[in-house]
Amino acid sequence: MTPPAVQPQQHPEVPDYLHADRGIWSWLNTRDHKRIALMFYVGVLFFLGLGGLFALALRTELLTPDRTIMDAMTYNRMFTLHGVTMVWLFLIPSIPTVFGNFILPMQLGAKDLAFPKLNLASFYVYVVGAIVMLGGMIAGGTDTGWTFYAPYSSQTPTRVVPVVIGVFILGISTIFTAINFIVTTHTLRAKGMTWGKLPLFVWAIYGVSIIMLLATPVLGLTLLLIGLDHGLRLGLFNPAVGGDPVLFQHLFWFYSHPAVYIMILPAMGVISEVVPTFSQRRPSSYWAIAISTIGIAFVGFFTWGHHMFVAGISELDAGIFGLLSMFVAIFSAIKVFTWVATLYKGSIHFNTPMLYFFVFLFLFTFGGMTGVAVATQSLDVHWTDTYFVVAHFHFIMVGGSLAAFLAAAHYWFPKMFGRLYSERVGLLSATGVFLGFNLTFVPQFLLGNMGMPRRYYSYPPRFQWLNDLSTGGAYLLAAAILVTVLNLLIALKWGKKAGPNPWRSRSFEWLTDSPPPKHNFEEPPHLGYSPYDYTISEEEARARAQAR
Amino acid sequence: MPAPKLGEQFGSYSVQEHALRLGMWAFLGSELLLFAGLFALYAAYRTMYGPDFEAAIRHNTLWYGTINTFILLTSSLTVALSVWAVRREKFKLVVFFLFITILQGAAFLVVKTLEYVKHYTDGALPGPYYHWHELPTFGANRFYTMYWVMTGLHAGHVIAGMCVLAWFCWRAHHRHYTAEHHTMLEMGTLYWHLVDVIWIFLWPMLYLS
Repeated sequence: MTPPAVQPQQHPEVPDYLHADRGIWSWLNTRDHKRIALMFYVGVLFFLGLGGLFALALRTELLTPDRTIMDAMTYNRMFTLHGVTMVWLFLIPSIPTVFGNFILPMQLGAKDLAFPKLNLASFYVYVVGAIVMLGGMIAGGTDTGWTFYAPYSSQTPTRVVPVVIGVFILGISTIFTAINFIVTTHTLRAKGMTWGKLPLFVWAIYGVSIIMLLATPVLGLTLLLIGLDHGLRLGLFNPAVGGDPVLFQHLFWFYSHPAVYIMILPAMGVISEVVPTFSQRRPSSYWAIAISTIGIAFVGFFTWGHHMFVAGISELDAGIFGLLSMFVAIFSAIKVFTWVATLYKGSIHFNTPMLYFFVFLFLFTFGGMTGVAVATQSLDVHWTDTYFVVAHFHFIMVGGSLAAFLAAAHYWFPKMFGRLYSERVGLLSATGVFLGFNLTFVPQFLLGNMGMPRRYYSYPPRFQWLNDLSTGGAYLLAAAILVTVLNLLIALKWGKKAGPNPWRSRSFEWLTDSPPPKHNFEEPPHLGYSPYDYTISEEEARARAQAR
Repeated sequence: MPAPKLGEQFGSYSVQEHALRLGMWAFLGSELLLFAGLFALYAAYRTMYGPDFEAAIRHNTLWYGTINTFILLTSSLTVALSVWAVRREKFKLVVFFLFITILQGAAFLVVKTLEYVKHYTDGALPGPYYHWHELPTFGANRFYTMYWVMTGLHAGHVIAGMCVLAWFCWRAHHRHYTAEHHTMLEMGTLYWHLVDVIWIFLWPMLYLS
């Protein structure tokens, strides 16, 4: 898109949310969803960096078949720390707490979330959980992998207890956030906004909130039991005293499979906003995207067994879980085809968020297709616990969620900070992310298919060249993400002023100033029209929103 | 009498109260799922060790459990009466009923403690600490492990509920509620009902075979 002529701020006399109050206390004690979102932003970016450093250490170790920089025990701890940091401190909170928090109330035309204090509390609970978990890591970490499989997790000499308690506390934060989003969507929609006019990002955040609300407590409980097994040796999942470790897997995956959708649904929500904006066209089917969102949220609760094909579940169970997993693929395919069809006859603009959409499209589809493969019992038995699985879920978690996170970071950057980033550097770094990612994980598919197990410290020399390619890719990926972050940081200070709506989007968050005033809109808007109606001009949309 | 604060994000009191109710019910749903995992574990272990579980239930402290069921059911009545009273602005009654409810919560915990002491002297302890000679089976060990975890988590919720009610009792004493605006108090009583409802399921599972 040609950089738009700078639109004047509509209300220069009203201070934006960044300048409405001053002093550190006005941040730490804020009730403003936008400021809380920014505090979360700092938090999740910090843990993205930390988890990334762990990943680089792992990949560096795997440069050679035997010891490179660390011993085997350190390696085990390192992949566990990488997993728990990335899953619970970055991926799960990332898009909902940052962009959900910031954008959802604005897309609804609300002044804030329904429970601002609860929102602030969820941030501090997140901080406490992170500190407890970091404490456990510093005190020695744990070597169970992020899955904490019993009975090993109750017998390892490493520090399981602080890590699982940390995850439990983070779960409380997640539940608070989910309650807030659900209630806000129900009660604080602007005048005229029916459920059929809800922006698609809101549908995604709403769907993910339901998963968070219902799945997180089960994980919390299960990890508490693991803590009891480890700390007090209750043996709830220990076969030596009559417990059943497979029950742990059932409970764990009852959360942790839906958790995959906690990571991917918000990503799909971001994509559903980016595609119409940069095609200047309404989604080819609004309801296909909205309903498939809720469909994934629902079916996601009944697919956990496909993680347990080799754990001794019956053929019938495995078949049913495999079949149910296919429904997720169907709903996801509906979305993919709807996004692609939206491009048709659209006026496509290749800005950085749009490039991230194409990155997402390729990686998510590839990851999803391999997901269908590993959800098929006959194939999965061959691939279980190999690098194939590692590559598959990184395609979804990094290729899907992280790509969409970066898309959102660019797409809403002008709205959040009122400035434009360098498009050239953005496009370059997005390309770097794509290349680095593929170089990292495509070799892992091959390695897994050749039989290299996951979580192993050493490997036969014939696997070395693929491992080295993967390590090189990891460094490229890290460098590209670093450039991305630097580009945005530079734009924070030196970027050109963006104006209210640099992308000429019709979505409601672009109706107000950038950065928005404390209460988002000068007057409560009237949003009785579609947020994707590109047949009307921007001025007309603005006039409609102000109509009484 | 101070009216409750209307959050600036809400257009009216009715929206605010609707939001509070919805938020509370969502939270209660989440709490139910917390216990659901334990119920599922219980069901699985009972299927594995059916006869052992039945024997353990027959040897369990039936009367302690039953008295506690009676106490909790009665407390649900008194806590509901406090809502009845606040709707009529009879604040002394509100404080009275909430206080009685908290007392019953305390009575529940006292009975529970006596029960735990009996289990302790019998040796009906969880996991590796289990050494009850009357029931030296894997299954009975599983049962009492589940028993301690489930009743322990529930007792934690009783204590949390008592704290919540104590807070509302203090607020009612200082006339923070009116006949129209007392949603927070109602939400607190809902939480107490949840504690009661969970116990209603624990009682047959742990005491009646």
